[in-house]
Amino acid sequence: MPWHRKHLLTIEELSRAEIEQLLATAGAFRRILERKVKKIPALRGKTIVNLFLEPSTRTRLSFEMAAKLLSADVISFDAASSSTSKGETLRDTAQNIQALNADMIVLRHSASGSPLYLSKVLGIPVINAGDGAHEHPTQALLDVFTMREKLGNLKGRKVVILGDILFSRVARSNIHALTKLGADVTIVGPSTLVPHWFEAMGVKVSHHLRSALADADVVMLLRIQHERQGVSHFPSLGEYTSMFGLNYTRAEWIKPDAIIMHPGPINRGVEIDSDIADSPRSVILQQVTNGIAVRMAALYLCAGGQPENVLTPV
Amino acid sequence: MSNLVIKGGRVIDPASKRDKVGDVFIAAGKFVKSLTAAQKKDARVIDAKGLVVCPGLVDIHVHFREPGQTHKETILTGSQAAAAGGFTSVVCMPNTSPVVDNAGTVALIKSVAATAPVHVYPTGCITVGMKGQQLAPHGSLQKAGIVALTDDGLCVQSNELMHRAVEYAKMFDLTILDHCQDDSMTEKAVMNEGVVSTRLGLKGWPHAAEDIIVARNIILSKYTGAHIHMQHITSAHSVELMRRAKQDGINVTAEATPHHLALTEESLGTYDTHFKMNPPLRTEADRRAIIAGLRDGTLDCIGTDHAPHAPEEKDCEFDYAPNGIIGLETALPVCLDVLVQKNKFKLPHVIDLMTRKAANILKLPAGTLAPGATADVCIFDPAETWLYKTYGGFSKSINSPWDNRQLTGRVKTTIVSGKVVYANGKMV
Repeated sequence: MPWHRKHLLTIEELSRAEIEQLLATAGAFRRILERKVKKIPALRGKTIVNLFLEPSTRTRLSFEMAAKLLSADVISFDAASSSTSKGETLRDTAQNIQALNADMIVLRHSASGSPLYLSKVLGIPVINAGDGAHEHPTQALLDVFTMREKLGNLKGRKVVILGDILFSRVARSNIHALTKLGADVTIVGPSTLVPHWFEAMGVKVSHHLRSALADADVVMLLRIQHERQGVSHFPSLGEYTSMFGLNYTRAEWIKPDAIIMHPGPINRGVEIDSDIADSPRSVILQQVTNGIAVRMAALYLCAGGQPENVLTPV
Repeated sequence: MSNLVIKGGRVIDPASKRDKVGDVFIAAGKFVKSLTAAQKKDARVIDAKGLVVCPGLVDIHVHFREPGQTHKETILTGSQAAAAGGFTSVVCMPNTSPVVDNAGTVALIKSVAATAPVHVYPTGCITVGMKGQQLAPHGSLQKAGIVALTDDGLCVQSNELMHRAVEYAKMFDLTILDHCQDDSMTEKAVMNEGVVSTRLGLKGWPHAAEDIIVARNIILSKYTGAHIHMQHITSAHSVELMRRAKQDGINVTAEATPHHLALTEESLGTYDTHFKMNPPLRTEADRRAIIAGLRDGTLDCIGTDHAPHAPEEKDCEFDYAPNGIIGLETALPVCLDVLVQKNKFKLPHVIDLMTRKAANILKLPAGTLAPGATADVCIFDPAETWLYKTYGGFSKSINSPWDNRQLTGRVKTTIVSGKVVYANGKMV
């Protein structure tokens, strides 16, 4: 089946087969990352612009790395240095980037739905690098890529996502990806940050940490995004840590062969204690490395490449 | 002013319980029982065969943006949109720039409105600057010509200030129109809180924030005896609160918009800003409750909340788009579709909700074809299907969810004070 999408906007709109294609393509790139010379000419002559209108370190570096390993020229800029601070609209900023002959835009934006909006006003591919509390598709893809590396087929596997789900685009993209791949997803955390509305997305909602952790194959921790919340969502970070923080004692509740994940940035001592984050069960840094391969796959396919031969320039 | 005979239409006048094929006569700007032989001779005859002839529609909730935001709409363009939609009386909200919290601004609006093709009634602010801190001069505003008080869009948050506002306004027999929203529960909210907002990652506006203020207003109305009108009710729970309040004989009324009757939060799946308004579209259960509320009289009338915004203002990220849609040119066909076609309301009932019952809330001299009344008429074809295109419309703005949609029911002629102001797609 050929890849036909020009944009990568959400996991929700992808079919299971499309997710498999992305993961298979990422697998091919992952093997290339093991080589001595990692650079391949797949996107030589293409210019990719990283339009990051919300702060990001990891995702931006990862997209830059991915673009460079594909031999694309890459330009990154963030909100502070851009004309958006002078009152220019997103449409105008992006259309100017297109007029500068960019071949692709990678967008990070605090407003949910903005990549979809941009895809309608531009002729070039748009890759969503995180939109508000909506989706972060490449993060979910790298997460399921990492899970499959460790666990194989995810069908019937129990995945617990623990933390601030309400404000998390990572959680939403993972919920879509994991349910499409047949995993059983339970979201856990305080009732204000894990509202029952999520049940409509095909997941279980729990506020009881011990029982949720007991049969998990994967425990994915999310940061408490206190900068996005009002004062009313929970009492304090201290209370969160005391109720839901993953410490040594609670990690004992998790099966020994389960893996522990985190999309970063981690807040040591808040949602996860250092000895857990740095333990052999933690795959946090492998997630980061896999992220390059997944983003290479997203850029390559949306630029017009096909899954079967990643070494052929587009 | 010529005399008019509107001939052979289905004449529906809920105020006089009239619904049969016949003629309507107008002389010197008023309805008359019949014309004299001399008057008949030079009377203009409008053939209304196959059409419905009803009182000019009344909308007690529009935003005409003048003064100060005339790039969105003006009193003239808004009035033209009204006339094209069959509306002959409209009540303008005071959130202009400057806001209508002083007699001078009322005078300005009235001077412009005097030349508008429909009757345009201004409202004044409840509080100075619509800031919710100090009462605006209600008495002076009334002397200058306002017909009601409202801080529409910025609900008065202080219960004490609202208490004093309704108590004070009652002295002038002025109704308070309230946009029911507890701001502390809706900070940065852009759509209904629920399954859809959760999926889309958008900040939710819980219906409880409306219900709490509706309940507050019912309590204050009972406590003071003052009339409080709830604008654009959107939640099933608020409908239920209103139902009980009316059973208890409390002096409250409420309106529903065509868009909350026709649409739900499901329309927001593509982040289309033409479905973003405040209060937001809610669930199917809420939509059905609003229809039930109109059916049993719990909700009193239809109000469009016609809220124009310039195209470039709506063309942006969903979070940043201003709230509101235009509605005057589509209200009648949308209500005919939802209420008559899909929910089996009788046509006279729907006309009543859009004429007499709306006028009665603010005691406007409108909403009837009775002899002696000002001759405001809407003549429409209930069966004509047409393609609505905002660019071909009369509002200055194009922010409608019904753009490019087939609508059934089309206004053919609008008459204001005995004068044809709109006929066959054109302003006269």
